[in-house]
Amino acid sequence: MSKKMTFEDAFKRLEEIARLLEAGEVSLEESIKLYEEGMKLIEFCNSRLEEAEKKIQKLSRTPEGNLETNDWEGEIEE
Amino acid sequence: MDQPILTVSQLTRQIKELLESSFPRLWVEGEISNFKRHTSGHIYFTLKDENAQISCALWKFRAGRLLFQPQNGMQVIVEGDLQVYERGGNYQLIVQQMHPAGVGSLQMAFEQLKKKLLAEGLFDEAHKKPLPLFPERVGVITSPTGAAIRDIISVLKRRFPGIEIILYPVRVQGEGAAEEIAQAIADFNRYGKVDVLIVGRGGGSLEDLWAFNEEVVARAIFKSHIPIISAVGHEVDFSIADFVADRRAPTPSAAAELVVPNKSEIKGQLLYFAEKFVTLLNKRITNARTALENIRTSYGFRQPQDKVYQYLQQVDDLQRKIQMILTHQLQLKESRLETLKKQIQSMNPDAILERGYSICFKDGVVVKDVAQIHLSDQVQVKLFKGGFSAQVQQIGDKHE
Repeated sequence: MSKKMTFEDAFKRLEEIARLLEAGEVSLEESIKLYEEGMKLIEFCNSRLEEAEKKIQKLSRTPEGNLETNDWEGEIEE
Repeated sequence: MDQPILTVSQLTRQIKELLESSFPRLWVEGEISNFKRHTSGHIYFTLKDENAQISCALWKFRAGRLLFQPQNGMQVIVEGDLQVYERGGNYQLIVQQMHPAGVGSLQMAFEQLKKKLLAEGLFDEAHKKPLPLFPERVGVITSPTGAAIRDIISVLKRRFPGIEIILYPVRVQGEGAAEEIAQAIADFNRYGKVDVLIVGRGGGSLEDLWAFNEEVVARAIFKSHIPIISAVGHEVDFSIADFVADRRAPTPSAAAELVVPNKSEIKGQLLYFAEKFVTLLNKRITNARTALENIRTSYGFRQPQDKVYQYLQQVDDLQRKIQMILTHQLQLKESRLETLKKQIQSMNPDAILERGYSICFKDGVVVKDVAQIHLSDQVQVKLFKGGFSAQVQQIGDKHE
């Protein structure tokens, strides 16, 4: 697993693994590898789902025309 | 003739003063004809009805503010001032503002821009980008103070707490709002780190929502490499932005729901994957086991076994053959032995003695020649049965 894997990458790979396992054309050894990879990906996705809330950022232009992000101080009434 | 004689200029001046003071700001409805846009940017046309017509001029700086495109045959209400053009000796209407008759000018502008962009292909399905399944970062372009931003954030966080939200605060109505929105879209594309953009605002009048019907916004949405969900006003409000956007959401909350799937739904999906993997792997193992069993019992796999059996059989055969050979040889040997035995037996002196011969020994040595003995020698004679000793009394001829 690459360290920059996104949730979407992981999910797509899970779908692929399901497809490969379903087709049953891979060797048993490969199947077991796919199974293990799949379980790791599920774990990864689950952990991503449980991530803590992130601060809302604000994108704005500096007077020089550059872009910068800051924590957004705005109030959000729930 | 007491009447003073006027110059053309004097007359025209009087007409001008009379006319222009008698007709302050006025509103006229008519049909546009002879529409001409001069290279200077000024617009000239004739407003007419069944029986009359009047020349109209629309200066460039006002023409640019028109929301719709005037065309020949279009029924319009013109707001303007009557002016006498002294040099041409004619009068004309200097247009201040112009609205389409019947429908509102915003409505007209909307329809016109829609038609234009549609013709250009900006609404084509082919240009619509798919929304990411699970965006890591969501960009939001809206007012920082409206209900829209509150709704979007609360829905995003409820559905996917770990999602990153980047807000680009803009004015969503009034002068310059459209340019700010377009700039924000361009900036997000330059920033590049968001997976999807929500552009929108809460409900309002057509005028309030107008920024989202402006061409500059439509063009910015079209140019964006980041997929854009438009969410302008309420369910019933359709904006030009909606048509160009990759996806239209009826409300800002709905946009947020479109952006991220529900966390519990994904959890369900992950569980489904996990169960599926276990089932499929088990099935795979069962299959493998069955396949192995099939192979083990298959004709092909039995072939070597057959060979082994065949070899074993051959070995058995060989062994039998060897045994047979050995036995035969042994028998041969045995029979030879018998022959030998017989031969040996045939040489046994007993057999000769049995036939009546006897053997004479002198000092244990068989006497075969008379030269071996002398008179009075003691000799032993062996018979078939028994023997005796004797004394030599006479010696015969050697050749006898």
